[in-house]
Amino acid sequence: MISQKKEVQTFVAKLLRTDRLGAEEIFNAVQEQGSMPQTVDQLILPALETIGQGWEKGTVALAQVYMSSRICEELMIHVPLSTALQHPGYPRMAIAVLDDYHLLGKIIVSACLRASGYAFQDYGRVTSQELACKIKNDSIEIILVSALMLRSALQIKEVKRLLVEAGSPTRIVVGGAPFRFDPLLWKEVGADAMGANAAEALSAISSCIKTM
Amino acid sequence: MMGKRQGAIMTAMERVLTTLGYQEPDRVPFFLLLTMHGARELGLGIQEYFAKAEYVVEGQLRMRRKYGHDCLNPFCYAAMEIEAFGGEVIWFEDGPPNSGEPIIKTATDIFSLQAPEVHSSPCLNRVLNIIHSLKEQARDEVPIIGTVISPFSLPVMQMGFSAYIELMYEQPELFDRLMEVNQEFCVNWANAQIQAGATAICYFDPLTSPTITAPGVHLEKGFAVARQTLARIQSPTAFHLASGRTLAVVDDIIATGSAALGVSTTEDLGEVKAACQGRMAVLGNFNGIEMRRWTPQQAEDKVREAVAKAAAGGGFILSDNHGEIPWQVSEEVLLALAEAVHTWGRYPLVDC
Repeated sequence: MISQKKEVQTFVAKLLRTDRLGAEEIFNAVQEQGSMPQTVDQLILPALETIGQGWEKGTVALAQVYMSSRICEELMIHVPLSTALQHPGYPRMAIAVLDDYHLLGKIIVSACLRASGYAFQDYGRVTSQELACKIKNDSIEIILVSALMLRSALQIKEVKRLLVEAGSPTRIVVGGAPFRFDPLLWKEVGADAMGANAAEALSAISSCIKTM
Repeated sequence: MMGKRQGAIMTAMERVLTTLGYQEPDRVPFFLLLTMHGARELGLGIQEYFAKAEYVVEGQLRMRRKYGHDCLNPFCYAAMEIEAFGGEVIWFEDGPPNSGEPIIKTATDIFSLQAPEVHSSPCLNRVLNIIHSLKEQARDEVPIIGTVISPFSLPVMQMGFSAYIELMYEQPELFDRLMEVNQEFCVNWANAQIQAGATAICYFDPLTSPTITAPGVHLEKGFAVARQTLARIQSPTAFHLASGRTLAVVDDIIATGSAALGVSTTEDLGEVKAACQGRMAVLGNFNGIEMRRWTPQQAEDKVREAVAKAAAGGGFILSDNHGEIPWQVSEEVLLALAEAVHTWGRYPLVDC
């Protein structure tokens, strides 16, 4: 356990310094000792969680969160598909940004999802009507929505309304600056959970799966 | 710098200058950084409102009459600088416009990028006309706060956040070229606003905040750019990290020569005031997002709390933490804030 913690700490330090080669060395060493699911559970996820907590506390910068998630995503891309982790019984998921060209939050969460072995559809930038329509057409069970502006965050009310009208049970997980600044906003717009960072988004997905 | 005129009601300009000189004026100055609300005052849509300088001038004057705050704000929308570079602006009925598709997609785009000529740009000229008219109306009694986006932060709209972060880490030559163009534009744009009548310039630089950039090479780059840029702006400046954390970089910001600092709502106003004591005034730090659902009583409580933490001895301007009050914040809350500043912000301070 102690050695695992040390490995995670060293891995986090390499990620925060954007040391791709150093991070890859640790990743490969952990992978050789066990299976890919173990590497994800014991290295990638704890590292992303630590970095997410650092972002919450103000000790880690957004640029570091972004670069760390990209490096983890790259490491997972090099893993042969046959051995890549596939979450057993994972729900149909998608990710989207509402009415905004600032896509950083979506990119970070997407990278963390891929690095954690989740499959999902990327809807890119959509309006609330487009999003509700895509969710229904694709029978999406969990939708992750990123919003940078307050008005975009408030649009999620409309998405929720359209989904309820259609009798859709889709769970909505939201994230982005407005939700971080107003911790009651996610409930107000009718979301099922809020992720203040990518690690919290992963936890929110797990919670949604348990209650589905 | 003028001292306090005991018992006299100061003009907004006297009040702000006194507090910037670390003395106590007649009451705590407050900046309601209202942009879109002027459209509501005039019964216009947001896009229609920003299309004519005379609308914004009238909106700013009416809002100041209504709320009695201590500045005029000719800033229209952040995407305007991208519009000046030839980029797309996307309008909404209930919020500020966004910048559209990035104008920089390749390295070639950076090498061919040219700073727009301020006086040839219709949108920038509109702001200069706004400032000129406000100056005529307010004379020297109310500060007019011009605004620029820093050369270091503008690329978020020019090329997208993720591409820019990667550029910072991996392509220093392209980064330097981009800074060169943006800095030329920023200096010219700021000084044109000063020449039109702006009293001071607010330098918006969220990327220099440790919330966004890590300590190390890119943070150093941000401050290097800020120091060079601010040294060429011919007026006092306020450094605003637009909700980003400030405490860890207070000394770096003071070194840029800025007169005031916009403080994040995630930080303790008293701690930041103590860190800046006598060296730089603090501006903040109401949570603009939460403000949307405050009651008038909560607004009053927030004013009392902020005054208690940061107003003693001057050097404090009450404001929001981001530099723009969201469209969804009600007139009722804004009036409650204004009333509370007049009640609880009077010097000498009562026990808040």
